Amino acid sequence: MTNGQRACTKLSVEEMSGLTRAIRRHIVEMTAAAGSGHPGGSLSAVEILTALYFNVLRHDPQNPEWPGRDRFILSKGHCTPVLYSTLAEAGYFPVEELATFRKVDSRLHGHCHNSTPGVEHCSGSLGQGLSVGVGMALGGRLDGSEHNVYVLVGDGECDEGQIWEAAMATSHFGLDNITVVVDRNGIQNDRWTHEAMNLEPLPDKWRAFGWDVHEVDGHDLGEMVGALSNASERDGKRHAIIAKTVKGKGVSFMENNPGFHGKAPNADELKLALEEIG
Amino acid sequence: MVTKVATRQAFGETLLELGRSNPDIVVIGGDLNKSTMATMFGAEFPDRFFDCGAAEQNMMGIASGLAAVGKIPFASTFAVFGSGRPFDQIRISIAQARANVKIVVTHAGIITGPDGMSAHGIEDLALMCSLVGFTVVVPADAEETTQAVRALAEMEGPCYLRLSRPATPLVCPEGYEFKIGKAEVFRPGTDVTILATGIMVGMALEAAEALARESIKARVVNVSTLKPLDRETVLQCARDTGAVVTAEEHLKHGGLGSIVAEVLGEHCPVPLSMVAIDEVYSPSGEAEQLLKLRGLTPEQIAQAAKSVIRRKAGSNGRG
Repeated sequence: MTNGQRACTKLSVEEMSGLTRAIRRHIVEMTAAAGSGHPGGSLSAVEILTALYFNVLRHDPQNPEWPGRDRFILSKGHCTPVLYSTLAEAGYFPVEELATFRKVDSRLHGHCHNSTPGVEHCSGSLGQGLSVGVGMALGGRLDGSEHNVYVLVGDGECDEGQIWEAAMATSHFGLDNITVVVDRNGIQNDRWTHEAMNLEPLPDKWRAFGWDVHEVDGHDLGEMVGALSNASERDGKRHAIIAKTVKGKGVSFMENNPGFHGKAPNADELKLALEEIG
Repeated sequence: MVTKVATRQAFGETLLELGRSNPDIVVIGGDLNKSTMATMFGAEFPDRFFDCGAAEQNMMGIASGLAAVGKIPFASTFAVFGSGRPFDQIRISIAQARANVKIVVTHAGIITGPDGMSAHGIEDLALMCSLVGFTVVVPADAEETTQAVRALAEMEGPCYLRLSRPATPLVCPEGYEFKIGKAEVFRPGTDVTILATGIMVGMALEAAEALARESIKARVVNVSTLKPLDRETVLQCARDTGAVVTAEEHLKHGGLGSIVAEVLGEHCPVPLSMVAIDEVYSPSGEAEQLLKLRGLTPEQIAQAAKSVIRRKAGSNGRG
């Protein structure tokens, strides 16, 4: 059995474009309903996750535990709104369940937990996901499995030393079944990344750690699909996709605004946001 | 003549044996593999052996990822590098993820010796016992280590196994069978119970021997599983003997003594004395010197036993 036999249908850029609108609506609605959460870094990653779940990943929403599935790890684990919205649209659980986000009896926790259908790992403390992905990739290689591993890290998250421990280990072990996407939205919790901790030259850093670097427009679905598909090839290389994005993308008053890193929209803001997203 | 074998030697040999029978066993190390003896596995199974260099945070994450795809990872390093250093990674990527990772640390405690206080893992049990769902085991000797490594490989769930650097006496009785979560009476007695773990079990037996010469009957119990604690045996011993001493090569705070006090305080408050390291780091020195310096000796255990027996008598006298 090849993994491809279980793959979801690949959607066109046009079809995916419609989905990104629905996912953005979910993000602002579920954070507003919860009264907390992280809309900014969720909105910046919408196209990244849409491209993954609707074109690149081999997965089966009806059978989340299928051993041959590709693995996606949201290392920037506070951005569960974009992950849950995407998983719901893909069919892992009902879209209506998004309204339970962060509620005491919900399985949609504030940060990733692997008990949620489709969520592969636990996160919330930054910097841990790439290491877990390396373990999954090593195990996959050992088994001769075709599954690939994709890890989305935040740019602010690259402050964490563990990211670089894992980046070094990935090339040391010669893995080519793992891909990193950096959501380069330029803003972390408090302020701009260049103010909090300068990351540049970020592409050079990844290159120096043994990765093939691709800088793309993280809101261009065609570019994202192209870069991810290219990275999925077993070509002996590790691909780091630096996706240039806008924090809060799609809602003007959230765009490039650190204030919406970890703050939910209030009722008025939600109304405005939904009007803008359309 | 007492036979001494290093628990880490038993670990290395057992890991190799398990590797031969179970292809899912993989080993992750952190540039200390000669010392932990994980190299024995690595030499025969290089494909299943991953040295992560001196990067323990990454090492614990990799172990979690390997477990997530069905492997049984043994992550091995020194006690200080396998508990405190990557604690957050263990907490989230292993404990909260309920990952089937076996952390095996060597060089625990002050008997690590001359490397000094930074190398003395004396807080690790407090840290690891605080993690929800973890199984924490401290074998009394090499024989128990062999059995424990096999048992941990069999069970599903995250584990922490604490071993030592130097060779230590074989103390388990002939035919002893280790069971996860079972404390075992190694010597009967009715006047006081000594609950000991790790290298202190041998010393507790010595203390009991000395006490017997003074007609004091001390029961010695090997509490090799700190978590989950064998509450039933602990409470039974407290009821039977009315006085308890705990002995461990760890800080008083958060180790065996604390855990036992939790249970006794709630269900059977009897006089309790803890032989442990009391709020102090230790200098460089040889193992024997440091144990003496910190009062981790058979003499100290015997003295503690007498003190709790006196307190028991005192409280009875006052009614």
